[in-house]
Amino acid sequence: MGGVVTVFRRELAGYFATPVAYVFIVIFLVLSGALTFTLGNFFTRGQADLSPFFTFVPWLFLFLVPALTMRLWAEERRLGTIELLLTLPIAQWQAVVGKFLAAWAFCCIALALTFPLIMTVNVLGSPDNGVILAGYLGCVMVAGAFLAVGAAISAMTKNQVIAFVLAVAACFFLTAAGSPVVTEFLSKRIPELAEVARAVSVTDRLAGFSRGVISARDFVFFASFIAFFLFANTIAVDQRKAD
Amino acid sequence: MTALIEIERLTKRFGAFTAVDDVTFSVAKGEVVGFLGPNGAGKSTTMRMLAGFMTPSAGTARICGEDVVDRPVAAKRHLGFLPEGAPTYPEMSVTGFLQFCGRARGFRGSSLEERVAHAMGLTQLEGVRLQPVETLSKGFKRRVGLAAALLHDPPVLVLDEPTDGLDPNQKHEVRSLIRAMAPEKAIVISTHILEEVGAVCTRAVVIARGRVVADTTPAELAARGASMDAVFRALTLPEAA
Repeated sequence: MGGVVTVFRRELAGYFATPVAYVFIVIFLVLSGALTFTLGNFFTRGQADLSPFFTFVPWLFLFLVPALTMRLWAEERRLGTIELLLTLPIAQWQAVVGKFLAAWAFCCIALALTFPLIMTVNVLGSPDNGVILAGYLGCVMVAGAFLAVGAAISAMTKNQVIAFVLAVAACFFLTAAGSPVVTEFLSKRIPELAEVARAVSVTDRLAGFSRGVISARDFVFFASFIAFFLFANTIAVDQRKAD
Repeated sequence: MTALIEIERLTKRFGAFTAVDDVTFSVAKGEVVGFLGPNGAGKSTTMRMLAGFMTPSAGTARICGEDVVDRPVAAKRHLGFLPEGAPTYPEMSVTGFLQFCGRARGFRGSSLEERVAHAMGLTQLEGVRLQPVETLSKGFKRRVGLAAALLHDPPVLVLDEPTDGLDPNQKHEVRSLIRAMAPEKAIVISTHILEEVGAVCTRAVVIARGRVVADTTPAELAARGASMDAVFRALTLPEAA
């Protein structure tokens, strides 16, 4: 576990040592706030909850999370530090998990900084804070899923642009697969695929969380999804580290 | 004398190209092996396999008896490795970077502080300890990489071009440092600077096109021809094969 903690600390400090952290957090907060109050009709809905905010989170993560993950491994290869990291006495899976957890913790910090929204709804009305908490938990899960996919893609290429574009495409697929446009289209034409699309969709699962429903199925989905991609990440690092 | 580094029929193929072809040698405690060869001869590839970064296509290597393929983490504990170009994380301070390497090697608290201070003392980095690595000159960056390799006082040191990019004074310091450490360790340094071999090495292994073409003392190597340069050319140019 020591290796995981060491890599985790270095990575998390690395975000704040460069402008990456500040740009990411500011853009995330501005966009999430703006979208919630404008497109989300926060005031005119007349309901004291954060469901407009939760609807937009996956769409923001869709391009912000790949911006975080694109450098995870691609940058190590470009700098050559991957040679240093992987010749330290830590196992490859420890480096993979440490990097993933640091990025995940960073996303949690960004999410936590949206706390003024919670204060706002509590001032304006009396929301069910348990439901809000469940919604945040859903957002954390979505971030974890996107990060796991993005990190695995980053391990497969040296080129950060390729890592970014492919990760956005993968996250878009996960986000849009459950949207009515896609599922209706699919259920009319290829009903078998509609089921699959709904099953991998993170939006549907997040909607459950943001209604306050924390189901074991969703947890198992996210946990196995993340575990699978971390495993793929370890394999990719092992196979392609020296390229 | 027991061999701390054992390289056994190590081979690395990239597709149809064989970068390292059946390389075998071992290094005992007290030896400083100069690993010589022209660019592209397979020096770095051999060292990367020895450090457990690249997986060999065939053969294996052992560091202090630990197999780098089967027990990579155990083997890496005994190893101080300076990769080619001495890569470091640019945004970290010198102290921060060395502390990271120390933590990864299991040092904590005061022993970590001690190790970092000692390594910085050996490589004369105290003056830049709080500077981000990216602001340092090439020579300082190389010394940061060297400090990271020496941090845990490993019995085996594998240094890929440790003096590349250093000025003559710094080269002299690094060579003195290597000579001072030599009796307690098994050291392999790769270089294409021939004078370095005579200056620090007790043994020279010459590699060309992935194969070992000479394994002898620097004096014997120099005695084979008019000059070290001439011997090197005769050994490594294709028509010699």
